Amino acid sequence: MKLTTLEVISNRQLNPRTYELILSGDIPPVKSGQFADLAVKGWFLKRPFSIADCEGGRITVLYKAIGGGTREMAGWKKGDTTDALVCIGEGFDTSACLKPLLVGGGIGAAPLYLLAKEFNAMGITPDILLAFRDKEEAYYIDEFKALGNVYLSTDNGSLGYKGNALEALKYYNLEFDRYYACGPLPMLKAFAEYSRQGQLSLEARMGCGFGACMGCSIKTKGGPKRVCKEGPVFRADEVIF
Amino acid sequence: MDLRVNLLGYTLDNPVIPASGTFGFGYEFAEFYDINCLGSISLKGTTLEPRYGNPLPRIAECPSGLLNSIGLQNPGAQKVVAEELAKLGRVYGKKVIANVGGSAIDDYVQTASEFNNADSVFAIELNISCPNVKHGGMAFGTDPKVAAELVREVKKASTKPVMVKLSPNVTDITELAKAVEGAGADAVSLINTLVGMRIDLRTAKPILSAVSGGYSGPGVFPVALRMVYQVKKAVGIPVVGMGGIMTAYDVIEMMYAGAAAVMVGTANLVNPYACRDIIASLPRVMEELNISSLKEIIGRAHNG
Ligand SMILES: Cc1cc2nc3c(=O)[nH]c(=O)nc-3n(C[C@H](O)[C@H](O)[C@H](O)COP(=O)(O)OP(=O)(O)OC[C@H]3O[C@@H](n4cnc5c(N)ncnc54)[C@H](O)[C@@H]3O)c2cc1C
Ligand SMILES: Cc1cc2nc3c(=O)[nH]c(=O)nc-3n(C[C@H](O)[C@H](O)[C@H](O)COP(=O)(O)O)c2cc1C
Ligand code: FES
Repeated sequence: MKLTTLEVISNRQLNPRTYELILSGDIPPVKSGQFADLAVKGWFLKRPFSIADCEGGRITVLYKAIGGGTREMAGWKKGDTTDALVCIGEGFDTSACLKPLLVGGGIGAAPLYLLAKEFNAMGITPDILLAFRDKEEAYYIDEFKALGNVYLSTDNGSLGYKGNALEALKYYNLEFDRYYACGPLPMLKAFAEYSRQGQLSLEARMGCGFGACMGCSIKTKGGPKRVCKEGPVFRADEVIF
Repeated sequence: MDLRVNLLGYTLDNPVIPASGTFGFGYEFAEFYDINCLGSISLKGTTLEPRYGNPLPRIAECPSGLLNSIGLQNPGAQKVVAEELAKLGRVYGKKVIANVGGSAIDDYVQTASEFNNADSVFAIELNISCPNVKHGGMAFGTDPKVAAELVREVKKASTKPVMVKLSPNVTDITELAKAVEGAGADAVSLINTLVGMRIDLRTAKPILSAVSGGYSGPGVFPVALRMVYQVKKAVGIPVVGMGGIMTAYDVIEMMYAGAAAVMVGTANLVNPYACRDIIASLPRVMEELNISSLKEIIGRAHNG
């Protein structure tokens, strides 16, 4: 983990509310599932975002403009800078997994992109299930298709199977020895109840992002753990919802 | 240039102390810089038994600060003494302040006593002002009689000097300060957080699961400064000032108001290097303001 200044290389709109932000700077090695905390001018706290990709001193963040800070970010131009904490938290555990299933709900697909790349580097082509509210919300489909077998679902059926992520998993008959899920809390909870063989990437409102304030502590079977330090990725069988 | 100050019989290399709850048990920050530059450290609020605290969300952003409703999450006094102090000792060579919370007089007394044999602790900071624990916490900090009773009992049991941390959520903070001074407190520290709330515009529900939380950060600085000034006037024991300090200028201003030392809280959360940076810029700011010794400026705003 490191505090550093990053420079905007590009900031591209992918759909009405989703953007792809590429930042460059002095970036330490990134593990999939780790996140970055980006300062936004005019807002007191930094905003946490999964690192969706990392290559040659650049990181990619995929973000949805939902509030003041992310709407401000949508206006960032090439050459703008942001103070950032990078490479925060423990990432996904890819060890001893031969048949991974990656499950993304909405903007939660972001960290799965780097995860899929890591599996590719291990010679594994992962199954990737992407669930969105509707077709408008979808992004990065072709990018994911280049890395794995992509299955789609939407709540209204405008793209892929009509239903939520867990229903889609059953519909597509997807098998796995471990699943990796990131998305809204109800989705993560449903998956944790469906199978213990998984890893969940959680969100929490954060005060610091580096373990100092206890603002992000969740309950686990092993006692309280911080989303920003021991997380954001947790074993499905340890999280107490 | 002399940055040293004295606090409760201990000489601090400089007056900057990270505030309780914003610096963990210290060692997290050793990842960022050599924390031996700090005057001292006030440890995370410790209770007799381990506490998880309040459900999430516990943090809500504000324009000039944040609300927290952590609820004194900590591993309990015994573990703090046996494990956390040892971990901190590996990266920090100076003495620290143990911050003690509770929900009954007995809790406070027992928790404070757990630190009696901890050599690295030079003082107890009694948190009678936490807005985030039910039954107690702030209740001890709003009633002068209850506060005085608590301080008397802790003083009997503790072998360390006792500093009492005051709540700003009262009509007249000087009444509390005078009450704890009368009961034998060796110093006071202030301010703890101001009770506030935020509502999520999308859901129309309070952001914090606990509904309200404590406001801290640069937005509270003028309130904190005023209270430190008032308390300095009202009592003879040392006053440790905090609330919204972000820069070396804020440190000087707080010392002018009467602070014998200062604590820096929320600044650490938004910039992990905050305390180091403040300490590093103090000599330059002292030179600019023609100050040769920080000891000499304590309470200067009260002169004439
Ligand atoms: C580990 C982690 C990874 C994340 N990865 C991504 C990602 O890859 N892409 C993406 O679009 N979003 C991601 N999020 C969510 C993202 O942090 C929020 O959408 C963002 O902080 C909202 O900021 P805002 O100013 O637009 O919203 P506002 O509601 O105005 O923000 C107010 C405050 O609440 C906090 N906040 C609001 N929503 C969330 C949330 N869901 N999680 C945490 N804090 C929140 C903000 O950080 C800010 O402090 C992630 C969150 C976490 C914890
Ligand atoms: C996340 C957080 C946790 C805190 N925990 C404690 C605590 O455990 N004990 C305590 O006495 N004060 C606690 N405080 C209060 C601070 O020590 C300090 O009094 C207050 O934040 C005002 O200073 P600041 O504006 O510099 O942060 C906490 C504050 C924050 C922001
Ligand atoms: S956000 Fe402060 S400990 Fe995780």
